[in-house]
Amino acid sequence: MNLYEYQGKKIFARYGIPVPRGEVASSPEEARRIAAELGGEVVLKAQVLAGGRGKAGGVKFASSPEEAESVAKELLSMKLKGFKVEKVLVEQKLNIRREIYAGITIDRAEGKPVFMVSGEGGVDIETIAERSPEKIFTRHVDPFVGFYPYMARELASELGIERESFKRISEVLLKLYRLFSEKDAQLAEINPLVIADEGVFAADAKVVIDEDALFRQDFGVKSKGLPYVELDGSIGCVVNGAGLAMATMDTLKHLGGEPANFLDIGGGAGREVMREALLRVASHPRVKVVFINILGGITRCDEIARGILAAREGINLPLVVRFRGTREEEGIALLREAGIEVERDMLKAAKLAIEKSREATE
Amino acid sequence: MSILIDENTRAIVQGITGSQGSFHTKLMLEYGTRIVAGVTPGKGGEVVHGVPVYNSVKEALREHDANASIIFVPAPFALDAALEAIENLELVVIITEGIPVHDSMKIKAFAERHDCRVVGPNTAGIISPGKSKLGIMPAQVFSQGRVGVVSRSGTLAYEIALAITEAGFGESTLVGIGGDPVVGTSFVEVLEMFENDRETSAVVLIGEIGGDAEERAAEFIEGMSKPVVGYVAGLTAPPGKRMGHAGAIISRGRGTAEGKIRALERSGARVARLPQEIPELLREVLH
Repeated sequence: MNLYEYQGKKIFARYGIPVPRGEVASSPEEARRIAAELGGEVVLKAQVLAGGRGKAGGVKFASSPEEAESVAKELLSMKLKGFKVEKVLVEQKLNIRREIYAGITIDRAEGKPVFMVSGEGGVDIETIAERSPEKIFTRHVDPFVGFYPYMARELASELGIERESFKRISEVLLKLYRLFSEKDAQLAEINPLVIADEGVFAADAKVVIDEDALFRQDFGVKSKGLPYVELDGSIGCVVNGAGLAMATMDTLKHLGGEPANFLDIGGGAGREVMREALLRVASHPRVKVVFINILGGITRCDEIARGILAAREGINLPLVVRFRGTREEEGIALLREAGIEVERDMLKAAKLAIEKSREATE
Repeated sequence: MSILIDENTRAIVQGITGSQGSFHTKLMLEYGTRIVAGVTPGKGGEVVHGVPVYNSVKEALREHDANASIIFVPAPFALDAALEAIENLELVVIITEGIPVHDSMKIKAFAERHDCRVVGPNTAGIISPGKSKLGIMPAQVFSQGRVGVVSRSGTLAYEIALAITEAGFGESTLVGIGGDPVVGTSFVEVLEMFENDRETSAVVLIGEIGGDAEERAAEFIEGMSKPVVGYVAGLTAPPGKRMGHAGAIISRGRGTAEGKIRALERSGARVARLPQEIPELLREVLH
């Protein structure tokens, strides 16, 4: 789960990481009030969950509350990288002397958190990583040992910063790791971490929380929904397992069909999950046929069949069903009774789904 | 031979009294897997499908000789169960889905410290057809043979095993390494085991988008003597959500299906475009 910058900064503040004074606004009037409280000179930042925001025109300055109001109005009517801007963060303008990069993510191959810093932070950090990798300093962290002050000092000493900022930067790094670990983050990133006339500040915040950990975190969401991604074709797909779901889309495409979506009902889905998934996919106006591809291991074909039957009244589309695996015969029998034919071969079923989608669009 | 498990594997089921644990204990027993004990804290003394239940792994080991564990414990308690198994056993298969990645990192680090082999989490498990099954896969799609299969995904692996079986090849062992970002055993480690297994003649590697496990596998395949056939799912998947700059810096542009297919082909592996094409490629490389 990606957090907006303003949400990330709230967490930063709670962990003692200094952030610029500011507040989030949903209307131009609110932006004006906040700017007035901050003393006039402000930066306004569109709140969207997309990178490259600055380059896309989502960050602007204003030197008076009136100007802040009109800039906010402009930002709030924008669409940035496909996202509608609904909130603007209004912050004090800083006199920045240096920009540093600090980020922690998970190195999947190592199975450990990896801390990365660079003395050259800012918008071009990825270019720096590519062209001058020696300017990025990394350190893996043993998840049992954790991150200690000396490790933060070692990283900070690679940045070439003057003595007065050294201690503050080290502390920020230490606190960032604490947040990363305690909040079950997959990413905690400050880019840039700035040294300004006013002090050291996290000028931006990017935090991604592990959705699998929501049961023990307090973000108002307790579990993740079914993984669903929309594509632009006409064959709706309901599949068990992410790998098979992707392979199903790939197979349809390879054979000349156009998948409408990715949807993984997960392992061991029962009839209720199946019913909801089927209704959701079938409700999309572009979908002309639904392809249900089930290879049951922990998932039982008879349960899936019951879910299909429960959803059927709400659907006016041809269904292509493929069952194989756990309780396949029972599932096939249940659907056959209701007049739904079931394929056992995935390739045959995929071809049939493509055929039906063509018939429907003709 | 086969790898990781065979007829000598004696396993404990952790979370045996839960609905999944109990259901799959029954299926594993029917398959012939030697399940010697179950563990559910607080339920010691019960019996599930004829298997005695204990309060802890240690307690079970006082009464039974076991070398492996399969874990069905729900995600919030899976870290505890996994650490307990790692301390006491040689092989731990974690079926549980949805374990927080910070817990998985601890599991992996602890396993390295104790020289324990962890497979998963979020895996379908392991099957050595005709010998033993420590997992949740449908047994009917497998048959004993000489093809080693390693996969990140569960159901897609069944699909491919089915195609391999129907073509008359059969599998030596199938290992699901698990679909999570951090897993106990990598593609490379399984490839190495297959390379050294006398009963495996060829390997099928089933990958998918995200991470760089397939690219790392490709580097290893270059030095392998046995032929490898691959499949990578996700060619039509839209690019995933970017994980800040850190994600891009660490992945160095890896992670797309095209990139993975290219890396595998460059390593000498044959890559199928459809899961059902795999038997055909196996026929070619085994001649």
